[in-house]
Amino acid sequence: MSKMPNSAELAKSISYSVPQKGWMDIKPEFRPGNYAYPAKEDTMRGLGMPNPHTWAPENEDWGLPKNWEKIIYNALKVRLEKYRSLKVFMDTCVRCGACADKCHFYIGSGDPKNMPVLRAELLRSVYRKDFTTAGKLLGKVAGARKLDKDVIKEWFYYFYQCTECRRCSLFCPYGIDTAEITMIVRELLHELGLGLHWIMDPVSNCNRTGNHLGIQPHAFKEIVEFLCDDIEEITGVRIDPPFNEPGHEVLFITPSGDVFADPGIYTFMGYLMLFHEIGLDYTLSTYASEGGNFGLFTSADMMKKINAKMYAEADRLGAKWILGGECGHMWRVVHQYMDTMNGPTPSCMEVPKSPITGTVFKHAASTKMVHIAEFTADLIKHNKLNLDLSRNDHLNVTFHDSCNPARAMGMLEEPRYVLQNVCNNFFEMPENTIREQTFCCGAGSGLNTEEIMEIRMRGALPRGNALRHVQEKHDVNTLACICAIDRATLPPLADYWAPGVNVVGLHELVANALVMKGEKRRTMDLRQEDLPNVPDEPEEEDEMPEELTGGAEADDAAADAGADNGEGGEE
Amino acid sequence: MLISLLAVIALGCVAWFGTSAGFQFAFGIIIPVLALAVFIFGFCLRMMGWSRSPVPFNIATTGGQTRSLDWVRPNRLDSPYSKIATIGRMTLEILAFRSLFRNSSTQIKDGRMVQWSAPWLWIAALAFHYTFLLVFLRHFRFFIEPVPFFLTWGEALDGLMQVGAVRFLMTDGVIVAAILFLLGRRILLPRIRYISLPSDYFPLFLLLGVTLSGICMRYFDKTDISSVKVLIMNVVGFNWGQPIPEGISSMFYLHLFFVSVLLMYFPFSKLMHMGGVFLSPTRNLPANSRAVRHINPWNPPKKYRTYAEYEDEFREAMAEAGLPLEKEPENAAG
Repeated sequence: MSKMPNSAELAKSISYSVPQKGWMDIKPEFRPGNYAYPAKEDTMRGLGMPNPHTWAPENEDWGLPKNWEKIIYNALKVRLEKYRSLKVFMDTCVRCGACADKCHFYIGSGDPKNMPVLRAELLRSVYRKDFTTAGKLLGKVAGARKLDKDVIKEWFYYFYQCTECRRCSLFCPYGIDTAEITMIVRELLHELGLGLHWIMDPVSNCNRTGNHLGIQPHAFKEIVEFLCDDIEEITGVRIDPPFNEPGHEVLFITPSGDVFADPGIYTFMGYLMLFHEIGLDYTLSTYASEGGNFGLFTSADMMKKINAKMYAEADRLGAKWILGGECGHMWRVVHQYMDTMNGPTPSCMEVPKSPITGTVFKHAASTKMVHIAEFTADLIKHNKLNLDLSRNDHLNVTFHDSCNPARAMGMLEEPRYVLQNVCNNFFEMPENTIREQTFCCGAGSGLNTEEIMEIRMRGALPRGNALRHVQEKHDVNTLACICAIDRATLPPLADYWAPGVNVVGLHELVANALVMKGEKRRTMDLRQEDLPNVPDEPEEEDEMPEELTGGAEADDAAADAGADNGEGGEE
Repeated sequence: MLISLLAVIALGCVAWFGTSAGFQFAFGIIIPVLALAVFIFGFCLRMMGWSRSPVPFNIATTGGQTRSLDWVRPNRLDSPYSKIATIGRMTLEILAFRSLFRNSSTQIKDGRMVQWSAPWLWIAALAFHYTFLLVFLRHFRFFIEPVPFFLTWGEALDGLMQVGAVRFLMTDGVIVAAILFLLGRRILLPRIRYISLPSDYFPLFLLLGVTLSGICMRYFDKTDISSVKVLIMNVVGFNWGQPIPEGISSMFYLHLFFVSVLLMYFPFSKLMHMGGVFLSPTRNLPANSRAVRHINPWNPPKKYRTYAEYEDEFREAMAEAGLPLEKEPENAAG
């Protein structure tokens, strides 16, 4: 791998000047560090993907199937007939350039082909040649070019430098969504057997074991129980979550990254503590143990195949509704695709209603799936949680809107409401970098792989700069998010662009502030680091509640008790 | 860029010398009528072509807080939930270029990213489209007899500034300035020049040709307007056998020919963004995809690994871990 520049060098290296040569005459160069590793032949074969073969981006010959031009032509033709979005987006762009400097990869690299408009032109030029009269007659004058093997390489290079974050689509006067184009081109590349290891391996795992990380059912249970041991050590409360049990009201599904990887595990512990505290009637599933969906980064069919397990498991277990954990692309799939692809919902499911507050989640009436930030915000609004904000007083927190919850769901206020009710020190990053204008972590859509770290850090520049800004201005030391990919990608981002900032999930902060019935005096946070603001308490009082623990556990009504801190951080 | 400019100049020459050589009938009647037909048919065909492809998923871009819990205030126009709100969003998009209004500019200064609001493109785009619309409407005084009062009034308002003997119409100035701005940024900003195709310059040069020839006719190389109106009323009234009135200058035919080319070029070019903006699925769908099921007409059948297959593979380990099973290991054999 090439030597990684430090953040100051990287920022200096960015130039927005354009090359002398036209973009059609410039070919990408593949060298270690600027491409992600290809998917293994066996993985592709196992998933039944077309034309599986072994190849390497640095090789001249990518081993494309003999009739590859025909394959692409047909695949594009079929998709033009299936997707109005593609057809309209191919034809309506006026190249006004409004999208150009909205892309984090362009801002961080200065590579003109990372401007969303040119990224799309990489496909449009081929489309014009094959599907428009002007392109057929006038060729280059009409912006058309012939499909050749270099174009395929260029697609692979640039459509895996798009994280499908949709920021450009917000600014486009015609709503042209590059994510849509990227998804189609990735499908075209998959038709030729070209895919990424970091995407196809999780897809294959998820298909077989139920989650991206390939955790088998017994191991999944073991890991969760291990996390419960940690919770017991920190709080003195023992939690034994149900697995694969029929007859519970709620099926809870979160990305497997939360179960497995630091710092996601602390968020997962947060979920378990919250559910225990409010006495939620729920079950986990090892079969549907993945909320995320790398099929989204592969093809519409693969997304559907992986997602189908959610409703299938709700049906098998007789769950009334599904509660979903913190995750970005998972919620793009759940919010905009799931119901269409795999609905209507099984007959056992009902419009979600919070058993604690009675709130009916009407906006999830058809999908019957609720986001945990909505669920918790509703709990707090109804004073159902006893929260001690002072436990988070040593944290100066800012919030990173994940692309998909922001621009595909419009969920902006709920996580903020929760945050402001579990910690006292909350600071927003600059206006143009949050909410619907949020910047990507730089590694979404299956790009959070180590070998392209420089590309990732370039894409992370806008978010990193905004973070650095609040770090300097408000002494921010904590970056909260509601996305499992963020929890994996933001720590290296923070280390690189704003060293000293820690990344946490929303429900890690919730659980840190959550005063549980029967808990022991909390001296540690969920990471088992000492809490700086623990008040001194006499020993005897400390032990009293512990004896009550057993009895309180099954008592649903107790969830209504003690909410004196619920309004604390609202202002 | 040059090729587009040359193309427009060549077209101008064709019209100029064509009419000088006496092909008034072709340039005054046949070509404009043909152009209008091409425009109407072409436009409809393109719209129908787009509409033929379904919208398989609801992919609305949410530009603000969605409607969720009762006490969370939604942003109704940027994240519309109902049909009416969606119409509101589209109206803002089409009449006020809402998305373009968000435009910002990003630079790296001293190793830091800086952003500021950049409304110039939005202003120029609005100026161009609205003056074009006004000028277009104003031309109806040539097509309608008697001229409706609102056209006369509008013109009086537009022409508040009187230059010499002729009233100077503000729209004429604004439209030329707006076209020059749009052209200028394409030529002068390296990044925009880099992404521009000949098909981006061509319509701008053509529009410049249309407006400048029109302005020329009004202020400088004055044409006999009454003869022009006679010609137009003959065409509109399908009295095509009538002789072409005398006294119409070549400048008029030039103007008319540029307009004809614009009409014919329209359906096959990026100018179709006029129709496309109505069909963009990220804008014209309500962001209510969890509340209302969106139907995909080609939704393929479900194919996935079932729980039974999963349990078959992991049954032993699951039993050992004490996970509930549908079939106990001893019953599953065979």
